[in-house]
Amino acid sequence: MDELLETALIGEIMSKHMQGSLSDLKKKLLTMGGMVEEAVERAVQLLREPDVDEADHIITGDRAIDELELEIDDECLKVLALYQPVAEDLRFVSTVMKINNDLERVADLAVNTARRARDLKKPLRPELSEPIQLATKRIIKMLRNGLNAFVERDPITARKVIQADDAIDRYHSKMIKKLISYMTRHPGNIEDGVQLLWVSRNLERIADHITNMGEDIVYMVEGETIRHRKDQTPPGRLTM
Amino acid sequence: MVTPQSSTSAKPVLMTQDVTISYGGRSAVKQVSAEIPEKSITAIIGPSGCGKSTYLRAFNRMNDFIDSCELKGQVLYKGEDVYRMDPVDVRRRIGMVFQKPNPFPGSIYKNVIWGPSINGYQGDYDQLVERCLTKAALWDEVKDKLGESGLALSGGQQQRLCIARAIAMDPEVILFDEPCSALDPASTAKIEELILELKKNYTILIVTHNMQQAARLSDYTAFFCQGRLVEFGPTKGIFTAPKMRETEDYVTGRFG
Repeated sequence: MDELLETALIGEIMSKHMQGSLSDLKKKLLTMGGMVEEAVERAVQLLREPDVDEADHIITGDRAIDELELEIDDECLKVLALYQPVAEDLRFVSTVMKINNDLERVADLAVNTARRARDLKKPLRPELSEPIQLATKRIIKMLRNGLNAFVERDPITARKVIQADDAIDRYHSKMIKKLISYMTRHPGNIEDGVQLLWVSRNLERIADHITNMGEDIVYMVEGETIRHRKDQTPPGRLTM
Repeated sequence: MVTPQSSTSAKPVLMTQDVTISYGGRSAVKQVSAEIPEKSITAIIGPSGCGKSTYLRAFNRMNDFIDSCELKGQVLYKGEDVYRMDPVDVRRRIGMVFQKPNPFPGSIYKNVIWGPSINGYQGDYDQLVERCLTKAALWDEVKDKLGESGLALSGGQQQRLCIARAIAMDPEVILFDEPCSALDPASTAKIEELILELKKNYTILIVTHNMQQAARLSDYTAFFCQGRLVEFGPTKGIFTAPKMRETEDYVTGRFG
């Protein structure tokens, strides 16, 4: 066979193998996203309905997420070593590695939230519970949109995810003020107040990790880094 | 005019303006305008038949040997039209190394001094041979057998001898047409290391089918497809975030 033709053919065959691995990675990352989403929802739910067994369940369930994180990481390294992906394939793999890491951190924060909820002394008052539930709803929406943007390679939705973080930051600032006022008024409940400060901080951090996800997806699709940049470039570079 | 982005600091040594090259009326290279930055490595990649070798050969007029080949547009070396220069002078300043090592059927020593001797070189030939073979990372391996035939060397050594022969003419530019495709991985690594070393003193253009090689070696990459220069930019950009869909598809192996 002609040498050049042979090289081209090998390239094509290798590319097909790699595409198989990339599609597996996508599925695994989505599974991971689903597990993390559930962990966050259940952990916050515990604030309203304290349940020690459920808390322990969430805490032990984190092991499965950790395992999946390692598996995805391993698979990414395998693709890098075996196929030396470039361009959009390279951006995809590097994005999967980063999102994988962010999702694992979100799961850890969910576990921490479950622990805080388990240790609360008193049922939560609505004035404190409601903003937390509302923030959680928004965060879950951010996460879902982030995962959708990843699957659909949709930079517009990814940018919306990034913008949604501002509302969570505002919520967190308000929550701190609310909790300080609550602890001043109820010095006997300072312990609970501190736990809730941690919960609020966890939610704010979760939103930051999801924001990273959005930024990584924009890079994956457009090849443009928008992290640590104030002016975000408009979408649509690959026009040909 | 396509200048690789962020190369503005490097002066162009070679430039083409609206160059179209045809073989018997069929265009192999279509209206390519580009600037090749000085003392850097520019890789030319693209699928078979995309015109990359034809384009490379236009710089030192190697296409002159093909009767049916016709060139339109301008090829400039330091602002001078190479097709108005003496072709011998062009090839002295713009050397070339080919796909298959092609030492002359003479001694290693004679291979190196061949060009300079027919050009009336006045210096010390022994020194010239040692300097060129050292630059080509071959001296230590052949210093005790300079009288032996160049053809008796291994493929990788022969290719380095051809590089020494090109250097002996003291060119400013060296064109490499698939210099490693006939070599094993160890010899390839040696040639690649040598090319990186040569960049300090020469402007290098390399046509390669091996995309990893382009990624490893070059500062700038030009992607050709069907005779057109599709994209030309810093190598890092071409292999992480190319601007054109065609480049993306080619470097990721989706076509080509």
